Amino acid sequence: MYNFELVKPTTLQDAVAALKDDDAQALGGGQTLLPTMKARLAMSDKFVALSGVAEIRGICTDDDGRICIGGGTTHADVAKGATDYPALASTAARIGDPAVRNRGTIGGSLANNDPSACYPAAALASNATICTPDREIAADAYFQGMFETALEEGEIITEVKFPVPQKAAYEKFIQPASRFPLVAVFVAKFSDGVRVAVTGASSDGVFRWSEAEAALSDNFSAEAILGLSAPSSDGMISDLHGDATYRAHLVKVMTARAVKAAI
Amino acid sequence: MPKDTGIGASPKRREDVRFLTGKGRYTDDINVAGQAHVVFLRSDVAHGTINGIDTAAAEAMEGVVGVFTAMDFDGVGGIPCGWQITDREGNPMQEPKHPILAEGKVRHVGDPIAAVVAESVSIARDACEAIEVDITSLPAVMDMKKAVQADAPKVHDDLTSNLCYDWGFVEDNRQAVDDAIKSAAHVTTLELVNNRLIANPMEPRVAVGDYARHDDSSTLYTTSQNPHVIRLLMGAFVLGIPEHKLRVVAPDVGGGFGTKIFHYAEEAFCTFAAKQLERPVKWTASRSEAFMSDAHGRDHVTKIELALDADNNFTAVRTETYANMGAYLSTFAPSVPTWLHGTLMAGNYKTPLVYVNVKAVFTNTVPVDAYRGAGRPEATFQLERVVDKAARELGIDPVELRRQNFIREFPYQTPVAVEYDTGDYDATMDKLLEMIDRDGFEARRKESESRGKLRGLGINCYIEACGIAPSKLVGQLGARAGLYESATVRVNATGGLVVMTGSHSHGQGHETSFPQVIADMIGINEDQIEIVHGDTANAPMGMGTYGSRSLAVGGSAMFRATEKIIAKAKKIAAHIMEASDEDIELKDGKFTVAGTDKELAWGDVTLAAYVPHNYPLEDLEPGLEETAFYDPNNFTYPAGAYACEVEVDPETGFVEVLSFAAADDFGNVVNPMIVEGQVHGGLAQGIGQALFENCAYDEDGQLLSASYMDYTMPRAKDLPMFQVDHSCATPCTHNPLGVKGCGEAGAIGSPPSIVNGVLDALASGGHDVGHIDMPLTPAKVWAAMQGTGGTGDGTAHARSVGGPAKNV
Repeated sequence: MYNFELVKPTTLQDAVAALKDDDAQALGGGQTLLPTMKARLAMSDKFVALSGVAEIRGICTDDDGRICIGGGTTHADVAKGATDYPALASTAARIGDPAVRNRGTIGGSLANNDPSACYPAAALASNATICTPDREIAADAYFQGMFETALEEGEIITEVKFPVPQKAAYEKFIQPASRFPLVAVFVAKFSDGVRVAVTGASSDGVFRWSEAEAALSDNFSAEAILGLSAPSSDGMISDLHGDATYRAHLVKVMTARAVKAAI
Repeated sequence: MPKDTGIGASPKRREDVRFLTGKGRYTDDINVAGQAHVVFLRSDVAHGTINGIDTAAAEAMEGVVGVFTAMDFDGVGGIPCGWQITDREGNPMQEPKHPILAEGKVRHVGDPIAAVVAESVSIARDACEAIEVDITSLPAVMDMKKAVQADAPKVHDDLTSNLCYDWGFVEDNRQAVDDAIKSAAHVTTLELVNNRLIANPMEPRVAVGDYARHDDSSTLYTTSQNPHVIRLLMGAFVLGIPEHKLRVVAPDVGGGFGTKIFHYAEEAFCTFAAKQLERPVKWTASRSEAFMSDAHGRDHVTKIELALDADNNFTAVRTETYANMGAYLSTFAPSVPTWLHGTLMAGNYKTPLVYVNVKAVFTNTVPVDAYRGAGRPEATFQLERVVDKAARELGIDPVELRRQNFIREFPYQTPVAVEYDTGDYDATMDKLLEMIDRDGFEARRKESESRGKLRGLGINCYIEACGIAPSKLVGQLGARAGLYESATVRVNATGGLVVMTGSHSHGQGHETSFPQVIADMIGINEDQIEIVHGDTANAPMGMGTYGSRSLAVGGSAMFRATEKIIAKAKKIAAHIMEASDEDIELKDGKFTVAGTDKELAWGDVTLAAYVPHNYPLEDLEPGLEETAFYDPNNFTYPAGAYACEVEVDPETGFVEVLSFAAADDFGNVVNPMIVEGQVHGGLAQGIGQALFENCAYDEDGQLLSASYMDYTMPRAKDLPMFQVDHSCATPCTHNPLGVKGCGEAGAIGSPPSIVNGVLDALASGGHDVGHIDMPLTPAKVWAAMQGTGGTGDGTAHARSVGGPAKNV
């Protein structure tokens, strides 16, 4: 780790102000950033820790019935607190290990947008809204490729609003070493259609599998998926743990399993 | 009633109290006043010419004590290799220099180029980044078969090629083996890879060098399995320090698995720099450094052929193996694919003719050396896989094919030099079948199928040679060391004992099991006996712990020394009780005179030895301390039969191990609980190799599995409850305890069980897959089921280290 300055604001306003510095970077739960800093692969002159900002922590329900989760809320708190959206709570409960879940935050995960992270699939499939101090961003516009998002420099995720689907499930096939998803699929059935978001598979990061969405909107059953071809392996990740063809195949398998679990 | 003391009892491990309560004293816990810290600048390219190293900026940094490059080691020896192999033509192997810091070239990712000693680790790290190294990259030598071609780039420019040696064993059998294969009724051929592994002990390597100006002596604290060997190698061959001026201490060591046997450059560096700078110098490896600097294991590419006659008797085995040595020869690297591998190719079977060819190859990878099992897992894997494949090809029961070819008469002289002293392979197989309810398997398979899963049963045998080793024999085979063991037993005046053993415990539980032996011999409590190890300043010259040798060799030395103690104590007792030596008996800690009611307590005699008022001083020296060196006259040959049931998810290729049973013959067992624990650990590592662990490089020599994000260690959740049995005991015939080694068996015997089981599962689903190379990841199993990923039909890759492109 290189030397750096750490500031720990207690209000959102102070955090936003601190992040106006050119070399300042936000530090959420640090479950990705700290190991990267320790390996000297990431550095910044100033880190703004968000863990002291109480106003971006917590879970509530808004007037539209959406589950609203503060950006600084840990995975463990979502697992315990998102009781009105069991598939989301279950997703949070299966991220990493207890240490990760007790420190890592939903805002940190979505801001990082790791192509193998769990939350991006939940947010995209749920058609969530990502809120920052100045604006609200629809999930479809938010995820812009591997580690790329619609966030501007210094912009903090203050809240994520999840519409609650009629049925939903998240099925994860883990990469055995890191225990990140090798491929994981979040399926959410709303009254106006089904959304299917896939993480771990694509080198563009989380994506929606539109053929599956169409098929499931028509007939919400595992059989509807079994009738489809696996998505194209073009652009899928190939690495030590699975090539593109295997990942494309797993997308189909895990989608069918998620549908089964949702029913 | 189970015993609660002595041989055969299972007292809890006394050392665990300090390990589990954070009171262990590991090398990193040792801080010497005034110490500085070293950080190594390591190569990030696999192969390159060093044009220049500019250290000026680093040297100018505040807090930097010294910056070292190869130039500072002029006149210092390279890291020596402890074993010389003679090739098929009778020539010695090619042996490159292994400098402490890279000289002229870097040869693997992680090769140390420079070292910065500074007031703190972070200053040293900053200074390392300020060093400018000008390197011209060269093509990386990765593929072993290409590496030995005439036009291949060379890892070492001063050698004639990348071939370390081309070894034939037994060379005189070659023609007869070829003829037997030609005339066989059936030949089963299998090409396979034994995947490269990283040992990953929980404690990374650490070294602290200290120099004493007042007497010009050096001390090295290090994470070693054999401090005396390090003292000898480093003192005599690298730094030129006589052994009486060099002390090596290996305190509590948090796991070794082989990779802490070897003498490493960092140890020599810290010892050297401490003297140069007249300051203690400490190095603690990061986990990332461990991945790219601890010697790796395995990494063989093999073709094996098994010839059978019309009655399914094995008539010959022929193998050709490419064994990866990495960039330099680690301490015992040349012996692993040869004497620890070729000598096991008879297995449990009376195959009359065996020929083993091994080509050891230099590549731009981390050096490869012994890892739990060392050579024997590679031998067992190929043999037990080819036997299983033969059974499938011939449509016969794999257990019956094995049984038909079992060796049943002992001692048995194999065609590959070693003589098995004893064993009963039917007994362990019978026991195994009883443990696994083989008859119920079909019903269990149907139950799995009803859930959409494919269930497989994998069964295999193993034999291994351990308790290394007869010094005379290994000397003939090229060892540059003896492989005896030592013990000094010091009895104190008040009757307690201290045993200073040359064995080294780094998880094996010697502090608990060794006293059980002596407690039985004398009849005193185990808590009166202390085991001291790991310090050249107090233990006699010993060879350390590896090759499942501690109890068989070190325990035997302790036994012999204790025999000497008892003989002398009896003389003292005879004098005091005015009886003849021969009439003295020692039982339950009491000396008695046969036929009388005279008796003396153990403590009375030990006190007399040190307060010799009534003592035969004219015939006997006072004191009670004896040393013994024990050199075994053969290896010990643990053997057994293993089985597992696995379930394959045909949609994903995911393999779940449902059960694992191990029936082992370890001869006499001192502490059954510790033996069971050793088997559990070995099984975890063997299953780890079969399903999870893979040290992978890409074509350019970059280490792909360079962290736990990509290198999969087995976890508790991945393993079933193990069924372990060691009741089928045929005691070793040549050591005084009748014991065989047990530390490596689990890792040796289990990989073929898993692969046999998975292939059996796939076959039940109509997938005729000849072989899948380990680790059997879901992606590989699924690909094999699609007919795109199986191997074993002449397609084994020439490198066991696969990149992402094809060999996932």
